[in-house]
Amino acid sequence: MLEDRVAQFRDQTSRYLRGELSESEFRPLRLQNGLYVQRLAPMLRVAIPYGMLTARQLRMLAHIARRYDKGYAHFSTRQNIQYNWPRLEEVPDILAELATVEMHAIQTSGNCIRNVTADQFAGVARDEIEDPRPWCELIRQWSTFHPEFTFLPRKFKIAVSGSRDDRAAVQVHDIGLELHRNAAGETGFRVLVGGGLGRTPLIGAVIREFLPAPELLSYLEAILRVYNRFGRRDNIYKARIKILVKALGEQAFAARVETEWLDIRTRMAPVEPAQIERLQASFPPPDYLHLDADHAAANLAKERAADRAFDRWVERNVMPHRQLGYSMVTISLKPTGIAPGDATDQQMELVADLADEFSFGELRVAHEQNLVLADVRQEQLHELWCRLRPAGLATPNIGLLTDIICCPGGDFCSLANAKSIPIAEAIQRRFDDLDYLHDLGDIELNISGCMNACGHHHVGHIGVLGVDKKGAEFYQLLLGGSQGNQASLATILGPSFASDEVPSVIATILDIYVARRIEGETFIEFVRRVGVEPFREIVYAKPAHV
Amino acid sequence: MQNLLTSEGETRTDDWTLLPRDVSATELPTGDLIVPFRVWVEARTELLARGSRAGVWLASDEQAEDLEPFLAELAIIAIDFPVFSDGRGYSNARILRERLGYDGELRAVGDVLRDQLFLMRRCGFDSFALRSDRNAAQAVSALADFRHAYQHATIDPGVPLVRRDH
Ligand code: SF4
Repeated sequence: MLEDRVAQFRDQTSRYLRGELSESEFRPLRLQNGLYVQRLAPMLRVAIPYGMLTARQLRMLAHIARRYDKGYAHFSTRQNIQYNWPRLEEVPDILAELATVEMHAIQTSGNCIRNVTADQFAGVARDEIEDPRPWCELIRQWSTFHPEFTFLPRKFKIAVSGSRDDRAAVQVHDIGLELHRNAAGETGFRVLVGGGLGRTPLIGAVIREFLPAPELLSYLEAILRVYNRFGRRDNIYKARIKILVKALGEQAFAARVETEWLDIRTRMAPVEPAQIERLQASFPPPDYLHLDADHAAANLAKERAADRAFDRWVERNVMPHRQLGYSMVTISLKPTGIAPGDATDQQMELVADLADEFSFGELRVAHEQNLVLADVRQEQLHELWCRLRPAGLATPNIGLLTDIICCPGGDFCSLANAKSIPIAEAIQRRFDDLDYLHDLGDIELNISGCMNACGHHHVGHIGVLGVDKKGAEFYQLLLGGSQGNQASLATILGPSFASDEVPSVIATILDIYVARRIEGETFIEFVRRVGVEPFREIVYAKPAHV
Repeated sequence: MQNLLTSEGETRTDDWTLLPRDVSATELPTGDLIVPFRVWVEARTELLARGSRAGVWLASDEQAEDLEPFLAELAIIAIDFPVFSDGRGYSNARILRERLGYDGELRAVGDVLRDQLFLMRRCGFDSFALRSDRNAAQAVSALADFRHAYQHATIDPGVPLVRRDH
């Protein structure tokens, strides 16, 4: 199938280069193959289905960065990887190389169903109800070249969560699916529709509390059909499904889907148990060793006590695992001075080797733009850390202020109002005191270069949005957004700031928190308690002597 | 130039006349006609009495369900793609085939380009009036662009929903 697609795109590209396909005809075709035309060069986006990668695939991604690009690549908030400097003539070759490791750029752009995303800790998280990946795979197969839904009104994003704590941001996707069990113990989905960021940020509405899991595809087909037929096509800013849900009302929309579904179901059988088992069997747990967990824990405690830097890294970047004696490790791609989410070919090669050595040859991409080794033995954490550190991959900042989610912004993106990467860097430089950062604790800071919100600024505890003010780059600050179960949209603080003011305004905001927080209160809890008004008063207070 | 392609990969000369949306229902030319849905509603009796064949074309903002009472009378249904990126016609095609059980000729007209033929065929179209500046013969190979498909779709309802052979 992938070779067919590469051959098809090779043919399309050469027809375009020969002038037989016009720009407007080639555009949707290249977009369906993940190829954008950006400010400086084409940008190729490669799908990493629900964030899962093998070491072998990561080596191929490194090879492509080296051979066809400038030696680095960017992991996006969609669990994809982006290359910023490929040459159009070489894109078919890149796709052919990707196909050798079962990778592709299909449906990573264009008005189709995009790469389905999931929790980066799927299959290993302690709070998991059921592994979402087999369902993601089912959706991936169903949505690939779906004949009816390739020319939707607008792009379409589906996220699946299988755990109690939502780490897949299901409330801000076109469709969010939450696995849960009913009283009879059967698996099903809570179905949310019409969430999303961008110009009109909205939290998704629950249109079905319990959809029996085997009925997933017929129900998705019903939602997509209602959207394909009735979603607006006259204005791209009003074309996402959220606008249709809002216009019809949640209940009326749900009723239309229900009618459509009852009809589709008469022809489309539920997924058979054997198929579900086969899908589940393709995500087997790795061959865990039976470890002496107590011994490993005692040993780890000793190592942590002996080395403050290692201790900090464990505190922030290591999470408890379902399997005794194992841990989940997040590799931060947010060291100061590097664009958030960027990795060099050498770093990717190293992470691939470490995945082979320490984590069963597998890794994951988190939508926070970090990498995850999900199955590391606790007794090997110190060794792993020692190997990550010289490569700049051991920054102990997961979940901290400097673990910034950031879109490519004005340095790369032709839609941007303002640069975002230099703002991220300025913030990281200003807040480089680890003790202070660790004392601040969990803070999510998200930066977008324009209101398309690829940097998810609406759901950052602190959001930064690039705006255009009479041709100059300015930044609006937002407060109080969050992702996860208690998803909320951030509130705009007030008038925007020049780029050099942003770090000090953030410093003021943090000072208010530090001075007024109550014991144990996180930043977001504090903002929820006091609201944005106290911040406004101080941030915009005129100096007394003016 | 022959611009008509069938799902079997044959090219044909088109002997239907497709009338534009704003045509008057009282001044219909002779011959086999594909008329806008509005004209069909207004002039159905005359069209059926003429002795020549008649069919309807659906605009992308019209709904397949509205044709339900007439399915047995229509010699052809065409679905218009005003621009290829307007995908509503795919849903209309599947609804006609699967829900309403229409089994006559279903033709894609308008901005029909080779790169969409495979999808169209899977949604139940069985003839394609390629955009007038395109050559149908060159587009034949596009019908076979992908050897496998994952979804159950109109043309092969027997295919399992999920296949592992990718
Ligand atoms: S948010 Fe705007 S500037 Fe940033 S990547 Fe998206 S479109 Fe580009």
